[in-house]
Amino acid sequence: MKKFLSGNEAFAEGIRLARPAIISAYPITPQTIVVERLSEMVECGSLRSEFIHVESEHSALSCAMGASAAGVRAFTATSSQGLLYMAECLYYASGGRFPIVMMNANRSTALPWNIYGDQRDSISQLDSGWIQAYAENAQESLDLALMSYYIAEKTSTPFMVNLDGFVLTHTYEEVDIPDEEQADKFLPPYETDNKLDLDDPKNMAFSAGPDYNYIFKFKEHQALLNAKKIIKKAEKDFAEIFGRKYSGLIENYKTEDAEFILITIGSIAGLCRKTVDKLRAEGRKVGVVRLRYLRPFPTAELVGSVKNAKAVGVPEKDISFGNEGTVFTNVNSALFQGKIAIPSYNFIGGLGGKNISHEDIENIFDLIENGAERVNFIGIEVE
Amino acid sequence: MSVTANNLCRDEFFYGHKACAGCGGSLAVRNALKVLGKNAVAVLPAGCMSAVGFNFPQLCFANNAIISTFAGTASMLTGIEAGFRARGIKDFTAVGFAGDGGTADIGIQALSGAIDRNDNILYICYDNEAYMNTGIQKSGLTPFGAKTTTTPAGKNIHGNIRPKKNMFEIAAAHNIPYAATATVGYMTDFLNKVEKASKIKGTKYIHVIAPCPTGWGIPVSDTVEISREIVDCGLWYLAEYENGEFTLDHDPKEFTSVSDHLKKQGRFRHLTDEDIQIIIQSRDAKWEKIRRDWRK
Repeated sequence: MKKFLSGNEAFAEGIRLARPAIISAYPITPQTIVVERLSEMVECGSLRSEFIHVESEHSALSCAMGASAAGVRAFTATSSQGLLYMAECLYYASGGRFPIVMMNANRSTALPWNIYGDQRDSISQLDSGWIQAYAENAQESLDLALMSYYIAEKTSTPFMVNLDGFVLTHTYEEVDIPDEEQADKFLPPYETDNKLDLDDPKNMAFSAGPDYNYIFKFKEHQALLNAKKIIKKAEKDFAEIFGRKYSGLIENYKTEDAEFILITIGSIAGLCRKTVDKLRAEGRKVGVVRLRYLRPFPTAELVGSVKNAKAVGVPEKDISFGNEGTVFTNVNSALFQGKIAIPSYNFIGGLGGKNISHEDIENIFDLIENGAERVNFIGIEVE
Repeated sequence: MSVTANNLCRDEFFYGHKACAGCGGSLAVRNALKVLGKNAVAVLPAGCMSAVGFNFPQLCFANNAIISTFAGTASMLTGIEAGFRARGIKDFTAVGFAGDGGTADIGIQALSGAIDRNDNILYICYDNEAYMNTGIQKSGLTPFGAKTTTTPAGKNIHGNIRPKKNMFEIAAAHNIPYAATATVGYMTDFLNKVEKASKIKGTKYIHVIAPCPTGWGIPVSDTVEISREIVDCGLWYLAEYENGEFTLDHDPKEFTSVSDHLKKQGRFRHLTDEDIQIIIQSRDAKWEKIRRDWRK
């Protein structure tokens, strides 16, 4: 069934199809629409979940962990300050191997206060042990809502799906909503041994001293790496059932013969592709790689896409103050591992929702072709 | 049937742990679980009982048990209770055991949220009146005058300058279905309240005084005696809140000496006669209200 939906609404439809038993959430702009829609679905009975009105984001994720420890599928959603407020629970959920799914509406973090989109919130949590995906459009948001449970539950790893605040969460597009039978075929009910069980009592979320701790952490890391295979399998199954194909950890656009490539995340990829089309028409060999996942990081895939390029640029709505954009740091690590010794440039922009234009992207292509500072700020002339 | 020493369950659900000798908290947890039985699903936040009970691979609960985040006892209980219900499980008790800091300070928001939603959970606060697990720092439930490592008793300041928060009445102010106070010194009173609470639907809160010999500066053999005395001298009271009404369960005809009670404890030994007078006045003011307003 096709409907005209915003990113938030599309995601809510995906969650309806995933049938979590428990939804615990606390409102924050621009996440609110997803929890409002889910509340309506619970009210009208199209979703048989318990919606728990928790009193904070910390409790939202703590409650979701309780539900997951009780052996049921759990969902929460947040953004920005809310994500930071629950940060302790992010590490707890991954360490406890609770396959919770959370939607994060990417939004700037205070101070100064700002409700608009950048990606500093989720990127600050890259080390929290969650799988992190970045959707580009409403359809992908819905599809990721379904796929995220598949992947999380097969890896016993929590999954954060990121939607650019407003640009994606509040923008309406035509979305194909799968029917429930198809969804059930793709995502069977959650079964796990990692649960509290009256017939087989367990002590969970325990302490582990130096003799054991590193082993648990190593296993957590392995699960994240193993997610690469599971993501591939999820997308294969998804394509067979729903007919929509996804390209794994990254999505290449005209990169095969490209000399200059932009590497980016989220909804800005569309703008980059449009700019590529324009420049291609002018005879320039340019392309775009969209990183669909930041964890696990697509090192090998990225290396494969840019190995013949002359230079790459990383536009991102993020900065690690005192260093550079964190996506850029991750990309450079991949280039180094792939022994690709080409110039790479960072373009930090869009902070606090500042618009990035076609001209900005064109300008970035010019700069990576002609040489630029290592770290550049879109719209700011640095002396 | 009321719980007595004779009919208390012989099975152990919390053993092999590393709690200190004379620990009041472990006594409360051990015996409450005997009342709740094997279908108790326990949540313990970071704190003494989780620190002594969950050291992989030495895991000390025979029933289901899980450590929550420090602030997340109540919110995790909410999730577990809802999750079990979603699985169609009916015969279980979601019970939390949190210390004074985990309850009255960092965990009060989640507890308030759970009571507000009237989630079907039993929350037991074992109150040893300071952050004992981290080395005796002041909490919101440290009483007036107590010396802790962050409220040292010196010439200028005589320990903690603020009275204890009243968690029992804070819980009651939510119009909670059931709240009670207790002490490990009057164990059958505590256990009967646990049993009563386990049969009530909605949120239940029990606040049990559980001395910490290390933090209180008492011999390990005095845990029970001192936690009886605290009631006998009127610095604590045994009460319940139910159906919108407070009930005083035990009205001492005459209080024993506050001064003797305090001076037995290293944490109060520095108090001057004036300090003790302040404590007695505050006790008397509270009891005047209790005797005037509460059912007996």
